[in-house]
Amino acid sequence: MNQGNKQGLSDSKGLRRVRWVFGIIAFACCFGIIILQPPSALYYPHLPFMGFFKRAFYILLMSFSICLYRIVKGPTPPDRIVAVDILGVLIVGFCALMNITTHRSWYIDIGIAWALQSFIAALALAKYLEGRGLDE
Amino acid sequence: MLSRNIWKGGASMSDLIGLLFVGVGIAFDFFGCLGLIRLPDVYNRLQAATKSVTLGTCSILFGAFLILGITPAGLKALLCIVFIVLTSPVSAHAVARGAYISGVKLWEGSVVDMYKEVAPVRDKIKDQKA
Repeated sequence: MNQGNKQGLSDSKGLRRVRWVFGIIAFACCFGIIILQPPSALYYPHLPFMGFFKRAFYILLMSFSICLYRIVKGPTPPDRIVAVDILGVLIVGFCALMNITTHRSWYIDIGIAWALQSFIAALALAKYLEGRGLDE
Repeated sequence: MLSRNIWKGGASMSDLIGLLFVGVGIAFDFFGCLGLIRLPDVYNRLQAATKSVTLGTCSILFGAFLILGITPAGLKALLCIVFIVLTSPVSAHAVARGAYISGVKLWEGSVVDMYKEVAPVRDKIKDQKA
Protein backbone atom coordinates (compact mmCIF):
# COMPACT_ATOMS: atom_id res chain seq x y z
CA MET A 1 0.00 0.00 0.00
CA ASN A 2 2.89 2.33 0.74
CA GLN A 3 4.25 1.78 -2.74
CA GLY A 4 0.82 2.47 -4.16
CA ASN A 5 0.61 5.76 -2.35
CA LYS A 6 3.99 6.78 -3.68
CA GLN A 7 2.85 5.95 -7.19
CA GLY A 8 -0.35 7.86 -6.67
CA LEU A 9 1.60 10.98 -5.82
CA SER A 10 3.68 10.73 -8.96
CA ASP A 11 2.28 14.06 -10.20
CA SER A 12 4.39 16.99 -9.18
CA LYS A 13 3.14 18.57 -6.00
CA GLY A 14 2.93 22.08 -7.45
CA LEU A 15 0.65 20.96 -10.29
CA ARG A 16 -1.76 19.33 -7.85
CA ARG A 17 -1.82 22.48 -5.75
CA VAL A 18 -2.55 24.66 -8.79
CA ARG A 19 -5.40 22.35 -9.83
CA TRP A 20 -6.90 22.48 -6.33
CA VAL A 21 -6.73 26.28 -6.23
CA PHE A 22 -8.33 26.67 -9.67
CA GLY A 23 -11.10 24.21 -8.83
CA ILE A 24 -11.93 25.92 -5.55
CA ILE A 25 -11.96 29.34 -7.25
CA ALA A 26 -14.29 28.03 -9.99
CA PHE A 27 -16.73 26.51 -7.49
CA ALA A 28 -16.64 29.64 -5.34
CA CYS A 29 -17.50 31.77 -8.38
CA CYS A 30 -20.41 29.48 -9.33
CA PHE A 31 -21.79 29.48 -5.80
CA GLY A 32 -21.35 33.22 -5.49
CA ILE A 33 -23.37 33.78 -8.65
CA ILE A 34 -26.03 31.31 -7.50
CA ILE A 35 -26.44 32.31 -3.87
CA LEU A 36 -25.79 36.05 -4.02
CA GLN A 37 -28.52 36.89 -6.51
CA PRO A 38 -30.67 39.95 -5.86
CA PRO A 39 -33.71 38.93 -3.78
CA SER A 40 -36.42 37.75 -6.13
CA ALA A 41 -39.14 39.20 -3.90
CA LEU A 42 -38.31 42.53 -5.53
CA TYR A 43 -39.25 41.24 -8.96
CA TYR A 44 -41.87 38.62 -8.18
CA PRO A 45 -43.73 39.77 -5.05
CA HIS A 46 -46.68 37.48 -5.84
CA LEU A 47 -44.53 34.30 -6.00
CA PRO A 48 -43.27 33.65 -2.48
CA PHE A 49 -40.77 30.80 -2.99
CA MET A 50 -39.31 31.92 -6.33
CA GLY A 51 -35.79 32.50 -4.98
CA PHE A 52 -35.58 29.06 -3.37
CA PHE A 53 -36.64 27.24 -6.53
CA LYS A 54 -34.40 29.43 -8.69
CA ARG A 55 -31.34 28.49 -6.62
CA ALA A 56 -32.41 24.84 -6.57
CA PHE A 57 -32.63 24.78 -10.38
CA TYR A 58 -29.23 26.44 -10.71
CA ILE A 59 -27.59 23.89 -8.39
CA LEU A 60 -29.20 21.05 -10.37
CA LEU A 61 -27.86 22.58 -13.59
CA MET A 62 -24.38 22.64 -12.01
CA SER A 63 -24.78 18.93 -11.26
CA PHE A 64 -25.83 18.31 -14.88
CA SER A 65 -22.73 20.11 -16.15
CA ILE A 66 -20.51 18.04 -13.83
CA CYS A 67 -22.05 14.85 -15.25
CA LEU A 68 -21.55 16.10 -18.82
CA TYR A 69 -17.90 16.86 -18.01
CA ARG A 70 -17.44 13.29 -16.78
CA ILE A 71 -19.16 11.92 -19.90
CA VAL A 72 -16.88 13.92 -22.20
CA LYS A 73 -13.62 13.44 -20.33
CA GLY A 74 -14.06 10.04 -18.68
CA PRO A 75 -10.96 7.95 -19.34
CA THR A 76 -12.70 4.56 -19.55
CA PRO A 77 -16.10 3.45 -20.93
CA PRO A 78 -17.56 2.51 -17.50
CA ASP A 79 -17.00 6.09 -16.36
CA ARG A 80 -19.27 7.35 -19.10
CA ILE A 81 -21.89 4.72 -18.38
CA VAL A 82 -21.93 5.66 -14.68
CA ALA A 83 -22.27 9.35 -15.58
CA VAL A 84 -25.18 8.66 -17.94
CA ASP A 85 -26.91 6.61 -15.24
CA ILE A 86 -26.46 9.40 -12.68
CA LEU A 87 -27.71 11.96 -15.21
CA GLY A 88 -30.90 9.94 -15.66
CA VAL A 89 -31.57 9.89 -11.92
CA LEU A 90 -30.92 13.64 -11.71
CA ILE A 91 -33.38 14.35 -14.51
CA VAL A 92 -36.09 12.56 -12.52
CA GLY A 93 -35.52 15.01 -9.67
CA PHE A 94 -35.59 17.88 -12.18
CA CYS A 95 -38.98 16.67 -13.45
CA ALA A 96 -40.30 16.58 -9.87
CA LEU A 97 -39.19 20.18 -9.32
CA MET A 98 -40.82 21.24 -12.60
CA ASN A 99 -44.01 19.53 -11.43
CA ILE A 100 -43.96 21.51 -8.19
CA THR A 101 -43.27 24.88 -9.77
CA THR A 102 -45.54 24.72 -12.81
CA HIS A 103 -48.31 22.36 -11.58
CA ARG A 104 -48.26 20.43 -14.84
CA SER A 105 -48.65 16.84 -13.71
CA TRP A 106 -47.29 15.28 -16.89
CA TYR A 107 -43.75 16.17 -15.83
CA ILE A 108 -43.81 13.39 -13.23
CA ASP A 109 -44.98 10.96 -15.94
CA ILE A 110 -41.87 11.87 -17.89
CA GLY A 111 -39.87 11.21 -14.69
CA ILE A 112 -41.26 7.69 -14.25
CA ALA A 113 -40.66 6.80 -17.88
CA TRP A 114 -37.13 8.22 -17.76
CA ALA A 115 -36.27 6.20 -14.62
CA LEU A 116 -37.33 2.90 -16.20
CA GLN A 117 -35.67 3.74 -19.51
CA SER A 118 -32.33 4.62 -17.92
CA PHE A 119 -32.46 1.41 -15.87
CA ILE A 120 -32.86 -0.69 -19.01
CA ALA A 121 -30.13 1.30 -20.77
CA ALA A 122 -27.69 0.80 -17.89
CA LEU A 123 -28.35 -2.95 -17.80
CA ALA A 124 -27.82 -3.26 -21.56
CA LEU A 125 -24.57 -1.28 -21.41
CA ALA A 126 -23.34 -3.41 -18.50
CA LYS A 127 -24.01 -6.54 -20.53
CA TYR A 128 -22.08 -4.97 -23.37
CA LEU A 129 -19.16 -4.30 -21.03
CA GLU A 130 -19.09 -7.92 -19.91
CA GLY A 131 -18.65 -8.94 -23.51
CA ARG A 132 -21.75 -11.09 -23.68
CA GLY A 133 -24.66 -11.02 -26.05
CA LEU A 134 -27.88 -9.32 -25.09
CA ASP A 135 -29.92 -12.53 -25.11
CA GLU A 136 -28.04 -14.37 -22.33
CA MET B 1 -56.53 20.12 -6.58
CA LEU B 2 -55.08 23.30 -8.01
CA SER B 3 -56.65 25.23 -5.15
CA ARG B 4 -53.76 24.05 -2.96
CA ASN B 5 -51.26 26.18 -4.85
CA ILE B 6 -48.18 27.29 -3.00
CA TRP B 7 -47.78 30.28 -5.29
CA LYS B 8 -51.09 31.75 -4.22
CA GLY B 9 -52.18 31.89 -0.64
CA GLY B 10 -50.01 31.07 2.35
CA ALA B 11 -47.81 28.02 2.66
CA SER B 12 -49.09 25.40 5.06
CA MET B 13 -46.90 23.38 7.41
CA SER B 14 -46.65 20.40 5.05
CA ASP B 15 -45.51 22.77 2.29
CA LEU B 16 -42.68 24.02 4.47
CA ILE B 17 -41.62 20.46 5.41
CA GLY B 18 -41.74 19.54 1.72
CA LEU B 19 -39.49 22.49 0.86
CA LEU B 20 -37.06 21.31 3.56
CA PHE B 21 -37.02 17.83 1.96
CA VAL B 22 -36.40 19.41 -1.46
CA GLY B 23 -33.45 21.42 -0.12
CA VAL B 24 -31.87 18.38 1.53
CA GLY B 25 -32.31 16.41 -1.68
CA ILE B 26 -30.65 19.13 -3.77
CA ALA B 27 -27.68 19.13 -1.37
CA PHE B 28 -27.32 15.33 -1.60
CA ASP B 29 -27.49 15.47 -5.41
CA PHE B 30 -24.82 18.12 -5.60
CA PHE B 31 -22.42 16.34 -3.25
CA GLY B 32 -22.89 13.10 -5.17
CA CYS B 33 -21.95 14.84 -8.40
CA LEU B 34 -18.98 16.44 -6.66
CA GLY B 35 -17.80 12.92 -5.83
CA LEU B 36 -18.19 12.09 -9.52
CA ILE B 37 -15.41 14.51 -10.47
CA ARG B 38 -13.30 14.31 -7.33
CA LEU B 39 -12.67 10.62 -6.78
CA PRO B 40 -9.87 8.78 -8.60
CA ASP B 41 -11.44 5.54 -9.81
CA VAL B 42 -14.51 4.09 -11.54
CA TYR B 43 -15.50 2.06 -8.50
CA ASN B 44 -15.06 4.96 -6.08
CA ARG B 45 -17.11 7.23 -8.32
CA LEU B 46 -19.85 4.64 -8.61
CA GLN B 47 -19.86 4.13 -4.86
CA ALA B 48 -20.07 7.84 -4.07
CA ALA B 49 -22.41 8.96 -6.80
CA THR B 50 -25.03 6.22 -6.95
CA LYS B 51 -25.92 6.11 -3.28
CA SER B 52 -26.11 9.80 -2.54
CA VAL B 53 -27.81 10.76 -5.82
CA THR B 54 -30.44 8.06 -5.32
CA LEU B 55 -31.15 9.27 -1.80
CA GLY B 56 -31.24 12.90 -2.93
CA THR B 57 -33.69 12.27 -5.74
CA CYS B 58 -35.91 10.21 -3.44
CA SER B 59 -35.88 13.11 -1.00
CA ILE B 60 -36.90 15.56 -3.74
CA LEU B 61 -39.74 13.26 -4.81
CA PHE B 62 -40.95 12.89 -1.22
CA GLY B 63 -40.92 16.66 -0.85
CA ALA B 64 -42.96 16.85 -4.05
CA PHE B 65 -45.44 14.39 -2.53
CA LEU B 66 -45.73 16.50 0.63
CA ILE B 67 -46.27 19.69 -1.37
CA LEU B 68 -48.71 18.26 -3.90
CA GLY B 69 -50.75 16.33 -1.33
CA ILE B 70 -52.78 13.22 -2.12
CA THR B 71 -53.38 14.01 -5.76
CA PRO B 72 -52.58 11.92 -8.85
CA ALA B 73 -49.27 13.78 -9.24
CA GLY B 74 -48.27 13.20 -5.60
CA LEU B 75 -49.05 9.49 -5.77
CA LYS B 76 -47.06 9.25 -9.00
CA ALA B 77 -44.13 10.81 -7.13
CA LEU B 78 -44.40 8.05 -4.49
CA LEU B 79 -44.48 5.43 -7.29
CA CYS B 80 -41.38 7.01 -8.79
CA ILE B 81 -39.59 6.68 -5.42
CA VAL B 82 -40.34 2.94 -5.45
CA PHE B 83 -39.01 2.59 -9.02
CA ILE B 84 -35.78 4.43 -8.28
CA VAL B 85 -35.07 2.58 -5.03
CA LEU B 86 -35.60 -0.75 -6.79
CA THR B 87 -33.68 -0.08 -10.00
CA SER B 88 -30.72 2.12 -9.11
CA PRO B 89 -28.70 -0.36 -6.95
CA VAL B 90 -29.27 -3.12 -9.51
CA SER B 91 -27.91 -1.04 -12.37
CA ALA B 92 -24.97 0.14 -10.26
CA HIS B 93 -24.09 -3.45 -9.36
CA ALA B 94 -24.32 -4.53 -12.99
CA VAL B 95 -22.13 -1.66 -14.18
CA ALA B 96 -19.50 -2.37 -11.50
CA ARG B 97 -19.39 -6.06 -12.43
CA GLY B 98 -19.14 -5.21 -16.12
CA ALA B 99 -16.35 -2.74 -15.44
CA TYR B 100 -14.38 -5.32 -13.47
CA ILE B 101 -14.81 -8.03 -16.07
CA SER B 102 -13.96 -5.71 -18.95
CA GLY B 103 -10.60 -5.13 -17.31
CA VAL B 104 -10.66 -1.67 -15.74
CA LYS B 105 -7.94 -1.60 -13.11
CA LEU B 106 -8.37 -0.43 -9.55
CA TRP B 107 -6.75 2.74 -8.22
CA GLU B 108 -3.14 2.26 -7.10
CA GLY B 109 -4.00 3.13 -3.52
CA SER B 110 -6.69 0.46 -3.19
CA VAL B 111 -6.14 -1.79 -0.20
CA VAL B 112 -7.94 -5.04 -0.94
CA ASP B 113 -9.42 -6.73 -4.01
CA MET B 114 -11.37 -9.81 -2.93
CA TYR B 115 -13.32 -10.19 -6.16
CA LYS B 116 -10.16 -11.19 -8.03
CA GLU B 117 -10.34 -14.82 -6.87
CA VAL B 118 -13.88 -15.50 -8.02
CA ALA B 119 -14.35 -13.10 -10.92
CA PRO B 120 -14.75 -14.63 -14.36
CA VAL B 121 -12.18 -13.27 -16.79
CA ARG B 122 -13.31 -12.03 -20.15
CA ASP B 123 -11.10 -14.38 -22.17
CA LYS B 124 -12.48 -17.40 -20.33
CA ILE B 125 -16.00 -16.44 -21.30
CA LYS B 126 -14.97 -16.13 -24.92
CA ASP B 127 -13.32 -19.58 -24.77
CA GLN B 128 -16.45 -21.13 -23.37
CA LYS B 129 -18.43 -19.63 -26.18
CA ALA B 130 -16.05 -20.88 -28.84
